Amino acid sequence: MAEGGKIDPMHQFEVQPLFGQGWEIAGYQIPFTNSAAWMAATLVVLGVFMLGGMKRELVPGRWQMAVEGFTGFITGMIDTNIGKEGRKFVPYVFSLFMFILFANLLGLLPTAAAGVHAFTVTSHITITGVLALVSFALVLIVGFARHGLHFFSLFVPHGTPTVMVPLIFLIELFSFMFRPISLGLRLFVAMTAGHILLKVLAGFVINGSAGGIATLAIVSIPSFILMIGISMLEILVAGIQAYVFALLTSLYLNDAINLH
Amino acid sequence: MPQLAQIAEIYASQLFWLTVFFGAILVFIGYGMVPKIQKTVDLRDDKIAADLKEAEAAQKAADALEEDYRAGLDAARADAAKANAEAKATAAKKTEASLKRAETTIDKKLAAAAAELAQQREAARAELEAMAAEATQAMVQKVAGLSIDQRTATAAVKKELTHG
Repeated sequence: MAEGGKIDPMHQFEVQPLFGQGWEIAGYQIPFTNSAAWMAATLVVLGVFMLGGMKRELVPGRWQMAVEGFTGFITGMIDTNIGKEGRKFVPYVFSLFMFILFANLLGLLPTAAAGVHAFTVTSHITITGVLALVSFALVLIVGFARHGLHFFSLFVPHGTPTVMVPLIFLIELFSFMFRPISLGLRLFVAMTAGHILLKVLAGFVINGSAGGIATLAIVSIPSFILMIGISMLEILVAGIQAYVFALLTSLYLNDAINLH
Repeated sequence: MPQLAQIAEIYASQLFWLTVFFGAILVFIGYGMVPKIQKTVDLRDDKIAADLKEAEAAQKAADALEEDYRAGLDAARADAAKANAEAKATAAKKTEASLKRAETTIDKKLAAAAAELAQQREAARAELEAMAAEATQAMVQKVAGLSIDQRTATAAVKKELTHG
């Protein structure tokens, strides 16, 4: 990580196998990596959090209220964006939202203090891209299952002049096909950028402190103060990106269910 | 950027473990827990709505009861006022009757007293006449030396008295 006082801000994104190097399915290597470990941690933490909401009491306690707040948040979002028919997609959108949110937040934890380098699952396009493709595939499946070929009318907005239909169709189709890319890329880039910024500032703090009292005062301390602010911002971004992913998924699902 | 540089090396592992863990979240949490939690929430919302409705009904019933009570109170008041007026009227009538009775008694007593007074006056007058006649007789005897009988004296006195 540190070579001659240099700190590599990209090191945190490296995927390294922890064990199971020899594991493979049909010739594909599937070692259990640090990425997989943080996904497992996400599952465990989310599972523990959700179990606290499974008391299902008529008068809820604090924990149950918190869990119901999240389910109610997603259910409300689906209800307003899709309507009653969207209720069957609540489990998927909820899982998506909570997985991204918890993975984002767990990646921000200062676990390095305990010797474990935090890994942000959602800072990998291989993860966010797959999640985006799953959402996109769901939209396609639901759309074609409900409307058949009529689903293509999604690409021709109401009131389009007949002459314009081919052009509009192509533009709409292009924007539609771009959806999974933008969906996956947005989360991946937001997480990556935030973590690089934090790591670069952390490098300033460390290297500044090595250069004597002057650089400590001029570089390290301001950088550290900036880090505190950016860490808070990153917590906000973690929530917002999870929200955006879930919101866009529900909006795309709305297109598939209700067309225009 | 390791995310892109490592893709060829890690994509299978990433995809596999994402499937495992996200799949677990989707199955156990998304489909296992969320509907149950949401059902609890919906149940609670229904219960609250039902309770609110019940409370509203109870409120309505209470209002009706109060209205009844008010009406009963008003009727009772009216009855009481009526009874009061009746009692007053009866009492007035009774008072009037007893007043009349007392009046007649007093009138009677008054008449009796007046009659007695008149009689007494008459008696006194007669006595006065007798005394005056006697006195006249005596005076005539003394002054004129005439002896007049009692009848003449009395007639003279009567004549004088009536003249005043």
